[in-house]
Amino acid sequence: MFTVRIQAEDFDASAEAAALARGRTDIGAVVTFAGLCRADDTPGAAPLNALTLEHYPGMAEEEIGRLMEDARARWPLAGATVIHRHGRLVPGDNIVLVVTASAHRTAAFEAAEFLMDWLKTRAPFWKQEERGEAQSWIEAKDADDAAAERWS
Amino acid sequence: MKIRYFAWVRERIGREAEDIELPEDVRTVAELAAWLAARGEGYAHAFENPRVVRAAIDRHHARPDSALGEAREVAFFPPMTGG
Repeated sequence: MFTVRIQAEDFDASAEAAALARGRTDIGAVVTFAGLCRADDTPGAAPLNALTLEHYPGMAEEEIGRLMEDARARWPLAGATVIHRHGRLVPGDNIVLVVTASAHRTAAFEAAEFLMDWLKTRAPFWKQEERGEAQSWIEAKDADDAAAERWS
Repeated sequence: MKIRYFAWVRERIGREAEDIELPEDVRTVAELAAWLAARGEGYAHAFENPRVVRAAIDRHHARPDSALGEAREVAFFPPMTGG
């Protein structure tokens, strides 16, 4: 099964991974990646209180769906689940989940990394951070573009 | 045509979306951005560095030279920072 969900609610990474493999006997590898909101410790900056994620409803699901199709064309996947949260999240909260399943580990590992790399540069989400009283939009990182480009 | 704005593009323009009547000589994403930038201070601020602003046509990523064609919805937004 291949699923994309965009939601404000939290997710349970282990339950999602178990659901992907349940009842199947052709899956030998499940890779789970969860991205969390981190209490950023940039020197000299006020502590991070929260991140607020804005997204483009409709396009967010569709774009991640397209990335999933690209991943399926490259690796023999038995299933994949991507969940991306939106709204206000505090340090320790889940942000994003990628679960990939395949017969063998290499495909599952690589597809999970491919999905995360492309999701960061192509999925229409924007993070705004709260530090003290100040709110500011996080700038895109060149390192994320470079991570995605290595797959092309 | 419906135009949608996200993140700081939305904040600078001061609205999430609007319906516009597209002038005949506006055919590409870059031409639309330039036309919008001339509509007022907030628009000019949003598009002050047009190379930074990304666009989507009917919920697909587009390039500055992408043709608007019969698009129903065009969106402008900053580089994405999800994940």
